[in-house]
Parts: sequence; structure tokens; C-alpha cells
Amino acid sequence: MSEKITFTIDGVEVQADPGQTILQAAEAAGIYIPRLCAHKDLTPHGSCRVCTVFVNGRPQSACTQPVAPGITVENDTEKINAIRKDIIEMLFVEGNHFCMFCEKSGNCELQALGYRFGMLAPKYPYMFPKREVDASHPDIFIDRNRCILCGRCVRASRMLDGKGVFEFVGRGPEKRVQVNAEARLADTDASVTDKAVQVCPVGALLPKRVGYKVPVGQRLYDHEPIGSDIEKK
Amino acid sequence: MTTASNMKRIVIEPVTRVEGHGKVTILMDQANKVKQARLHIVEFRGFERFIQGRLFWEVPVLVQRLCGICPVSHHIAAAKAMDRIVGGENITPTALKMRLLMHHGQFFQSHALHFFHLSSPDLLFGFDADVAIRNVIGVAAKYPDLAVQAVMMRKYGQEVIKRTAGKKIHGTGAIPGGINKNLSIAERDELLKDIDQMMEWSRSAVKIAKDYTVENLAKLKDFGSFESNHLSIVRPDGAYDIYDGGLRAIDAQGNKIFDHVDNQKYNDYIAEEVRSWSYMKFPFIKSIGPEKGWYRVGPLARVNNADYFDTPEAEACRKEFMAVTNNKPNNITMAYHWARMIELLNSCETFQRLLNDPDLQGTDLVVKGQRREEAVGIIEAPRGTLFHHYKVDKNDQVVMANLIVSTTSNNEPMNRAVQKVAMDHLDGKPEITEGLLNHVEVAIRAYDPCLSCATHALGQMPLVVELYDNDGELIDRKTT
Repeated sequence: MSEKITFTIDGVEVQADPGQTILQAAEAAGIYIPRLCAHKDLTPHGSCRVCTVFVNGRPQSACTQPVAPGITVENDTEKINAIRKDIIEMLFVEGNHFCMFCEKSGNCELQALGYRFGMLAPKYPYMFPKREVDASHPDIFIDRNRCILCGRCVRASRMLDGKGVFEFVGRGPEKRVQVNAEARLADTDASVTDKAVQVCPVGALLPKRVGYKVPVGQRLYDHEPIGSDIEKK
Repeated sequence: MTTASNMKRIVIEPVTRVEGHGKVTILMDQANKVKQARLHIVEFRGFERFIQGRLFWEVPVLVQRLCGICPVSHHIAAAKAMDRIVGGENITPTALKMRLLMHHGQFFQSHALHFFHLSSPDLLFGFDADVAIRNVIGVAAKYPDLAVQAVMMRKYGQEVIKRTAGKKIHGTGAIPGGINKNLSIAERDELLKDIDQMMEWSRSAVKIAKDYTVENLAKLKDFGSFESNHLSIVRPDGAYDIYDGGLRAIDAQGNKIFDHVDNQKYNDYIAEEVRSWSYMKFPFIKSIGPEKGWYRVGPLARVNNADYFDTPEAEACRKEFMAVTNNKPNNITMAYHWARMIELLNSCETFQRLLNDPDLQGTDLVVKGQRREEAVGIIEAPRGTLFHHYKVDKNDQVVMANLIVSTTSNNEPMNRAVQKVAMDHLDGKPEITEGLLNHVEVAIRAYDPCLSCATHALGQMPLVVELYDNDGELIDRKTT
């Protein structure tokens, strides 16, 4: 086995295996680095920038940046957390995120990050974009109002399900998740058992007719902030 | 107070100590004769429109956001409709009793709030008492025990809701075909701890309302009162029920207009009229027509309509209540308060019965059956009969929603009450004081209107602008 790499996160010495990303090494050491597009079963994407850390003083996404001997990583600092909070606020205003009736509420990673970073009301104006709901599939639906373009479904469908049901189309504010069919999810080979349906961090891609089954008080983030499981390691 | 060329226009805006925002306008001529008095609803809701396209299981959680006052009512009415959509209308005993407990929790807290916080200042101090003390702070200063009771009773109702819906406001308990949780033994014991105290306070609340009504009967008999039809749901055996039953309508003498009407067919019996000056529609009984087919809903209508209460103490109170009008329907507007407190006691007795029922700890929570594309859910909300009607397409998306909320049904009665009080108490008076104007508000408050959800839906009613000259002649009219 190759030698461990040693570096520091917020002044704490961390040991990592060569080839690990900063995010993976931090997680193994019980240090939580917030993330949205990153998922343990998927290749890194580096698109949401919520996992931004400062490596030797330069901003990098922790989910894509490999560890290196002796680097100095800043993670839980006032400055970085302010940047992360800004990113989360921008994600909230860019879509139509109505937590008050969303069935993902309490289990939603975006909402949980909003709580973790003490977001009260976004400082940016809401954009209220017009987005489509695709409920054509008998067992799954896409609510693009809530999509944050993390690409987890795109990667999971391709890598884990071997299907390639989802892909990004458009650029800038027009960018959206499209399905591999003329128009509708119903015309793809997507299935409710696909990993792609399970990895959505928000309420954008969900199985039908199971919303609200878990009562308030028993949902994932009802009692502890997101990341608590990693910090307890 | 504003003055037109030859008419005086008095505006009470906002109407205070009611839920939501409304205003009253009274037109008087130069001799202070009342020419017109109206209650206007100036809020606007668009729920029926913007739930279109949403997934049907979201609706019980979504639509309750109409309001923070009685969200449980909308939550349950929508859930009852969605039970039918999933073919699960015969919900399990655990689901039914959890919903009942939630619903009575809502009644208990809503009625306590209305009686003690909103209305008691008028009843305890007098309609034209000094406005500086005629408020909830004045009640707390002079009757501190009552103020504590009010807060604790409301809290108890909210705790019941929290343990059944998951949250005190805007919970998620009722889901299509059932409920998402049962009541744990610990939760049950927590609620049972204070039940005897709640019973005692509920009894005393009925006594306050009854004594007030009986002692002031001569004055109240006529105050904003008028004969009317009454509508509510009742059980198949005629018993009082707030969760389920057929529609019953009676006239002012107690003759049945219709009875045990299947909820799914409400549209054959009830219609709504739009009037240009209010965002709130005017429902009426189709067979009688808009002129005379309007009706009252809420505590007064329910107590008038029910053959009996299935809880002993509320039933004894009902008999006393009905004896005042020789067992004929009570048409006294101010008797709403007494009827409301009888319902409060019934809810408390129902807590007692349900909390001792082991079905609440059952684990069979959801049922499903043959899918439907259209459904109606009707319940009694604290303020009266609540209708939810939905159509859902094969993709599970809502394509049509119609809500007739309780306060909407009381629109015409409240306007009648406003007109009557204005005629009886303001007409010809040389000076219109705040105390006199409060008389108008007292009559409105008797109905416990909640104006937040009672207004009409965006996009379904064309906006009409009408221009009148000083003589009331229509000179221009534009529609969208």
C-alpha cells in the first residue's frame, strides 16, 4: 500500500490515501465539507461550488481537487462559509423552491444547507422562472422548478443504471435537464428503481404517490443539521 | 369618514378582531339615513388556479397554506377528496380516529381563540365600552384567570394538532388514503395529563356564553338577527358530526330543504353567485334561488341542524340551547357564541373518548383501491361547511379545483347582519361614534369570519370595472 499523504484542514492534521479528493479525505477524518453535486457513488462534477475550500490560499472545489502532501486547506472559516451561503441563496432564488409544501422538505439537502448556514431570506431577488413539470411517467415525475442542475441524475443514469435517460441542454439561464426522448419522461426507459431517482438532492426527480409518508419529526434533517453524521465519525 | 356630494360614506377599515382583511362601507344621506351597508372582502386568493398542474398527493399539504388560522380544515377536506382519488375512502380506524383527533384539536383551539381573544372584550365590557379597554389586553387586566385559560386552551388544541399532524401549523399528517403516523403511548399520556382541566374550563366557557346570552336575550334577540336557512353535514342518524356526513339544509322554521345529500353531488344543490363589489362569492341553495336560497353555516347552523350530540355534556347543553327557541331553529346572530362554546365542549369530550381508544395506537395507516379522476371532500370547519372539489388527470396532476369555504357561505348573512345593525343603531343618529360603529363589527364577529381563504380565485372571475355617477347610475363598464 502506498504511503499516506499528510496535510491540514483548518490547522488539523489529516492523513489521506494518494488519489483521494480533499472531500473524501476530510470525510474519512470526520470533517464535513458541504456539498450538493458531489455524491459518494458518482464521479465528481465540480459544478455547484458549495464544497469550495481554500487550498494554499486559492479557492478550489474539494470534490475534484486531489490531496497533496503538505497543502493547507481552509474549510470552516467565516469567509468560506459566507461564500457557501451566497451560493445556496443564489440556488434558492434561481429556481422555484417552495419548501412549505414540497414533499422533499425535511429530507432535502438544499433546504438542510440553508438551515445549516442560517439562511433567513435570500439577499438576491427571486427570479421566479417558468419551469415545467413532467408527470407523464406512471411512477416518476420531474419538477424542474426545484432542479439545481447538480447533474447527479445525469451521472447516475449513465454510470449506475447504464441508461443515459438524462442530459443537460441549453446554456446559462436556459440550461435544464432534458430526457432522452422526443419530449417526455414517459417515452424513456426510466424506471422507479433507477439509482438516478434516488440520488436527487432536492425534490426535482421523485417517485410518485409516496410523498409525506414520513411524518414531521422523523425526517432526515428534522433533528440534526446536514453533515452531522460525518462529524460524528 | 368621507363626504360625497350629497351622501356620506363611512368606512370601517380594517374590520378588527376578525381573521383576515375586510372592510365595511355605509352610505348615509344628509339626514344620516342609512342607504346602503356592505361588508367587502378585499383580499384575493389564487389557490384554485395555481394548484393546477400540481401532483394530487401534494394538495392536502399545499392547499392548507391558504391560511394559518384553520389549516387543518383544508388539510383534512383535501385529504378526504384525495382518499377518493386513490380509492381509499374507507380509511382504517386508526387513520379515521387520528384525523378526528386532529380536527377536534383544530376546533378546540380555533373556538377558544375566537371566543376569548376576539369576542370576549365586547361581551365582557359592552359593545360601546371605552375602546382603550375593549380589547384582549383589557380582558387580561380585569379577568386574568380567563386570559390564562384562553392561552392554555388554545395551547392544548395546538398540542393535539402537533401530535396528529406533526406540526402545530401546516402539518402533513393526513395523506391520500389515511394518515402518516399513529399516536404513541407517550404522546397520548401527555395529552391525557391536562384533559380534566380542559373539561372544567370548557364547561365554564359554555356557562359564560350561555349566561351572557340568556341574561341579554331581550337585547340580543334582535341584534343583527334575521330568519335564514341553515346548512351543515350530519351523520346518517342525524347526529352532529364535523368530519363526515350528508348535507342537510333546513329553513328558518326547521323544515328540511334537503337531507343526507351525497357529498359528491353538492353541485346539484349549491350554486354560487358573483357580485361586482366583493372578491367573495355568494353561495345559495339551487332549488330556492339566489334571492332566498342563501343560508348560514357554522356553529349556529350545526347546532340547529343536529338531532343530537353523541357526547353527553354537549348534548345536555344543546337541549338547553334549543329550549330558548322552543326547539325551533335559533336565528339569533349573537347565539353563535353560545353554540360555538357547546362545540368546544363537544371537542373536549371527544378528546377524552378518543385518547382512551386503543385504535389510536394501531399500525394500519393507509388503504388504496380503485383510482378515480374526480372527487369532492366536505367537512365542517370551525366556521362552517367546507367544500373541496378536484379533478385529477391520468398523470396524477390536478386539472380543476373548486373550494367553497365556510366564510363564503356566511357572506350574505354577514351582509344582512351589517345592514340590520346599521339600520337599527346608526340610522338617523346625529353623531356616529366609534362605539356605534363597533356594533357593526360585533355582528360580523359573531360569525367568526376568516377572510383570508374566503375570497375568490384568480383567473376564474373576470375583473369588472364599473363607473357610477352621483345618482348611482351606471355610466361606463369595462371587463377584462
